[in-house]
Amino acid sequence: MTEELLVVSNLKKYYPITGGVLGGEIGTVKAVDDISFSVKRGETLGLVGESGCGKSTTGRSLLRLIEPTSGEIRFDGVDVMKLKHEDLRKIRRDMQIVFQDPFASLNPRHNVEKILEEPLIVHKIGTPAERKKRVAKMLEVVGLSSYHARRYPHQFSGGQRQRIGIARALMLNPKLIVADEPVSALDVSIQSQVLNLMQDLQKEMGLTYLFIAHDLSVVRHISDRVGVMYLGRIVELTTSNQLYTNPLHPYTQALLSAVPTPDPDVVRERIILEGDVPSPANPPGGCTFHTRCPKAKEECKTVRPQFQEVELGHFVACHLYSQA
Amino acid sequence: MSQPVLQIENLQTHFFTDRGQVPAVDGVSITVHKGEVVGIVGESGCGKSVTSLSIMKLVPNPPGKIVGGAIRFKGEDLVLASEKRMREIRGNEIAMIFQEPMTSLNPVFTIGDQIGEAIRLHTKTSKKEARQKSIEMLKKVGIPRAEAIVDEYPHQLSGGMRQRVMIAMAMACNPELLIADEPTTALDVTIQAQILDLMRQLNQEADTAVLLITHDLGVVAQMCHRVVVMYAGNVIEEGDVRTILKNPKHPYTIGLLNSLPKLEESQERLYSIPGNVPIPGSLTAGCRFAPRCEQAMDRCRQEMPELIPVEENHRSRCWLSI
Repeated sequence: MTEELLVVSNLKKYYPITGGVLGGEIGTVKAVDDISFSVKRGETLGLVGESGCGKSTTGRSLLRLIEPTSGEIRFDGVDVMKLKHEDLRKIRRDMQIVFQDPFASLNPRHNVEKILEEPLIVHKIGTPAERKKRVAKMLEVVGLSSYHARRYPHQFSGGQRQRIGIARALMLNPKLIVADEPVSALDVSIQSQVLNLMQDLQKEMGLTYLFIAHDLSVVRHISDRVGVMYLGRIVELTTSNQLYTNPLHPYTQALLSAVPTPDPDVVRERIILEGDVPSPANPPGGCTFHTRCPKAKEECKTVRPQFQEVELGHFVACHLYSQA
Repeated sequence: MSQPVLQIENLQTHFFTDRGQVPAVDGVSITVHKGEVVGIVGESGCGKSVTSLSIMKLVPNPPGKIVGGAIRFKGEDLVLASEKRMREIRGNEIAMIFQEPMTSLNPVFTIGDQIGEAIRLHTKTSKKEARQKSIEMLKKVGIPRAEAIVDEYPHQLSGGMRQRVMIAMAMACNPELLIADEPTTALDVTIQAQILDLMRQLNQEADTAVLLITHDLGVVAQMCHRVVVMYAGNVIEEGDVRTILKNPKHPYTIGLLNSLPKLEESQERLYSIPGNVPIPGSLTAGCRFAPRCEQAMDRCRQEMPELIPVEENHRSRCWLSI
């Protein structure tokens, strides 16, 4: 058994843009553009970034819910990219996903029991009686009661639905959970309940999380290590403490300074970035951030910076830190 | 302090549904002075948006209806105002910005048409002047290439730009009160920072009073002078921003602040308020927060507390504040 549960190398996902008279390919959207990272067993890796940076595409590509264009995904020693239909289905027992919208990710026509039982049926696990027992147990685990099993999704609040989504992901005892913005749709008081639940479950069941979110405070709270994405690339990756106390990439610095804090005594130097995120269909050359970067040099416009380790366990893709 | 621009007194907006009367806003009083930024915070379903829609008299009727209270705008009670009078006020004296800029802009008209419409509706201007004024407003809110953008359609702009257009439209007639309902919730943090900066700048330049509705306490800390915290249709605590964020008295406000993950420090575990926000209409006697409150006493379950003064300009609806 290796220390790393998931190793992703040079993952790319390009979407073709078709158009013209013959409907040919006239360009590509580089949703995920050559990213590499690994997730250790039992840790939580956070992925943060603004909308359109490719964080969700990354999460879904890992499970091959979206077919990646190229790259290598090693999950528990197995090359996920090479798996054929049946084997892929089997490996998904060990890698599950929790979605953002608890309203859209549960079938409104199925009661909770059916929703939770389905993964077991698909993977042919247990007898009907055993499955019912497991559903009841899992409902308790996520803080609901067995009497909720007969109810339908619309009878639950947003927080409770997200608990059902988590329960469904846990039904098969997975090793890895990809959580795609699991608390973004929830109110603050409910958000903290769900975050606490996820942490408790991780301790009890030895889960590994890939936690995708746009809220930097949430990511800092739950993650051991954090990767920051911008326009399809990871620009910085390090431990969560290191990232928040000593951010190196100018984008990370700006992102952190832009988060409003509820403490009126915290005075931070705010870096306000100008302009919008450029379109991923026509990303700037060199470092994709150079159009908005306050520290951009001539080199940044032409040469793509390497993603390299500048301190122990602190990776950054920026020319300011590249050793000549 | 200068005289209040807006005085909401004991506002009650109820919804009449098949399952009975739902008091979405139940006795809310808020005062906004000239040039002041007042924040209304609360979780979904607490009545903050219904309060803001009531001011503009935009609550869909039926099922919603203002059943009691007064909304005094510069002394005039809007609850009694005619629909004709309201049309004069909306967009002219009171302007509103909504959360989702795409749904509040008409996709089939150009940006210039839409800003111009607001101007021409309330002032005597020619089309040409309205267009000039639109360009001027777009420049003011920091839109580059304003002369070209004025002829573009909403779908050609990014989310942040659309919100700037909304602000330009709202500010076009120099309103005395701007109601911003979750203006940055749909935006990314770096864009949010830009928009908040712009709103603060406009507030200072034009001395416009702002009523900012949000669920984000971070936004409140950056923008507001005073804060009103709402829970289940009631104001449960109010005071100046520093007091509310640093020294809150109501258990709900305290719980809300404690359940936020902090950017500056790492915590082992977050505090969480037990239970869920009550479903409107299923309210019991006594304090509405009592079922979720860890410090609830017998009195809390029987008797609803008033807003009790804690110190000057700080009131809390809790028996513990006495």
